[in-house]
Amino acid sequence: MALIDAPPLTPLPPAPALLSVSDLEVTLFTRAGQLKAVDRLSLEVAAGETLAIVGESGCGKSISALALMRLLPEPPAKITGGSVRLAGRDLTRLSEGEMQRVRGKDLAMIFQDPMSALNPVLTVGRQIVEVIARHDPASHRAMQARALELMRKVRIPDAERRFNDYPHQLSGGMNQRIVIAMAIACQPKVLVADEPTTALDVTIQAQILDLMKELQAETGMGLIIITHDLGVVAETADRVLVMYAGRKVEDGTVDAVFDRPLHPYTRGLMGATPSATLQPHGRLAEIPGSVPALADLPAGCAFNNRCPIAFARCFAERPGLTMPAPARSVACFAVEQEGVRHGDPVGA
Amino acid sequence: MRRILLRRFAQIIPLILGVIVLNFALIQMSPGSFLDVMTAEQQVSDPAMIERMRVLYGMDKPVIIQLLKYIWSVLTLDFGYSYRQNETVLAVIMQALPATVILMLASIAIALLVGVLAGVVAAVKVNTLWDNLISVGAVFFFAAPTFWLGIMLMIVFSVRLGWLPVGGMRDIGVDHGVIGIALDVMRHLALPALSLGLFYAAMYTRVMRASMLEVFRHDFVRTARAKGLSGAQVVVRHVFRNALLPVVTLLGLQLGTVLGGSVVIETVFSWPDIGSLMLDSVMSRNYPVVLGVLVLSSLIVAVANALVDIAYFRLDPRIRAR
Repeated sequence: MALIDAPPLTPLPPAPALLSVSDLEVTLFTRAGQLKAVDRLSLEVAAGETLAIVGESGCGKSISALALMRLLPEPPAKITGGSVRLAGRDLTRLSEGEMQRVRGKDLAMIFQDPMSALNPVLTVGRQIVEVIARHDPASHRAMQARALELMRKVRIPDAERRFNDYPHQLSGGMNQRIVIAMAIACQPKVLVADEPTTALDVTIQAQILDLMKELQAETGMGLIIITHDLGVVAETADRVLVMYAGRKVEDGTVDAVFDRPLHPYTRGLMGATPSATLQPHGRLAEIPGSVPALADLPAGCAFNNRCPIAFARCFAERPGLTMPAPARSVACFAVEQEGVRHGDPVGA
Repeated sequence: MRRILLRRFAQIIPLILGVIVLNFALIQMSPGSFLDVMTAEQQVSDPAMIERMRVLYGMDKPVIIQLLKYIWSVLTLDFGYSYRQNETVLAVIMQALPATVILMLASIAIALLVGVLAGVVAAVKVNTLWDNLISVGAVFFFAAPTFWLGIMLMIVFSVRLGWLPVGGMRDIGVDHGVIGIALDVMRHLALPALSLGLFYAAMYTRVMRASMLEVFRHDFVRTARAKGLSGAQVVVRHVFRNALLPVVTLLGLQLGTVLGGSVVIETVFSWPDIGSLMLDSVMSRNYPVVLGVLVLSSLIVAVANALVDIAYFRLDPRIRAR
């Protein structure tokens, strides 16, 4: 009966996204007026996929991540539009109480500075147990065993002894492992990592990234890595999304974007990445100027004051996203006019 | 931990010696001795008699000998003799001490409870009506003179409503065993403890509120929220304990004023107290009592500070590590 009454089958969309953000808008309500910190941001992350969000400081990466978690500092920031769908549920419509049951369970987050991300007066073991107790309570002994298991999983040597240590007794890398253990404790569907390696030594950085990839391979969670380090992107991500002044200016697969960066901003970022082979003469290329403050964005394209190829139209209108190739989008009039030809490999 | 404690308590001894020497020197430098007051009050004018008393009280000896003798006797818990009350100094102080300690502990307990709670509520509901009401209340109780507050409370609760006694520590003739006496003392204690307590609570409220707000800005609070903890869980488990340190500092400072901080209120409620004993002793040059009170209060200050250090250790593992 039910089968007969069902509507005709529509073709399934390819690889259903686990997390799908569409037209997310975050407004800062300040004395200077209402500022759009995140402007119509859309992104998708599938299970087992890694998306990197890159951009300079102040371009809206971290605030986007906090918006996904609904952890924006309110006031002044507020989600004013768009939707965040996690496994079909729109997180922006949940009550705070419902959202609390999502945080740490379905959607988890790792922060930049592990030394300040942990409570200094509680043992690390207890802080891990706390997540389990919140979302998956069991007997105290069982939860402790699970926390120890997690500590071993994130490769904390001598986990039993470390369990009762306080954060100040552990190194930054160890603390970040604890933060990761907390984040994966309840097998989240999507993990958001906000600059997870920025505060760490280079050697530790690689270990932490490897660990995250490994855990992802094991659990099939979606991963969003926010970074300004293109090295991290190349090493870990499947797709990359470039943000500038609160907007997405380019996205695509890592291979495509690294081979042929289209937006002049992306090209600038890549020129600014230290590379042993491309820049033998020492000095780093840099993008002249800095990210404009949200309160005085230039008219037209937000990048026009720093763009080497800006022309009249860039100062008059703001470019929308276009799709110059499948699974690729970019917001630039130059690309629109000249097509992909403009996107020659960096340094060519 | 134990070693630190031992060291902490060992530091008390030189401190007390210092207090004795300093106060002894101060008293020696101030003009007049209790012999002057005593002989004037008794109208003794015979120089031979006065000289005999000087010898009797050991005041003919060199100052340094007097000091050493005093230190020795303090070490044997002998604080000297008060001619005025005709009792040992220790007995005189011990008569007044319990009442003062009860009053101060009660008011500090009220202050801590009310202040910390109000501070937490104000911080959690920052910039709302609640916050404003609490802040205004704190400023009011802090600015209002305690004697005025005491008198107002007395007018309302004792005179108008007749619920509580006007002053004193015990009703005359009440004797229903230990519980009866305790209840009686508590009835008398309520108003003075409240007027002092509300004054101190104002300070705790301000400190706790500011401290909570500061801790709220830390990254680990965001981590706690990212774990999915509820607002109350974040406040109780993560913010509260970290915010408590400045309050403990304030508590330590305040415990040090236990013996002298309540003279005004004790006078308003005619609470038997050590403050007026001290004042009386200073006015009558009754220096053994003055010295005794000073030594005892320095002991209390030192012990209170040691206790505060222990509280620090318990609250913050980072201090323990140092």
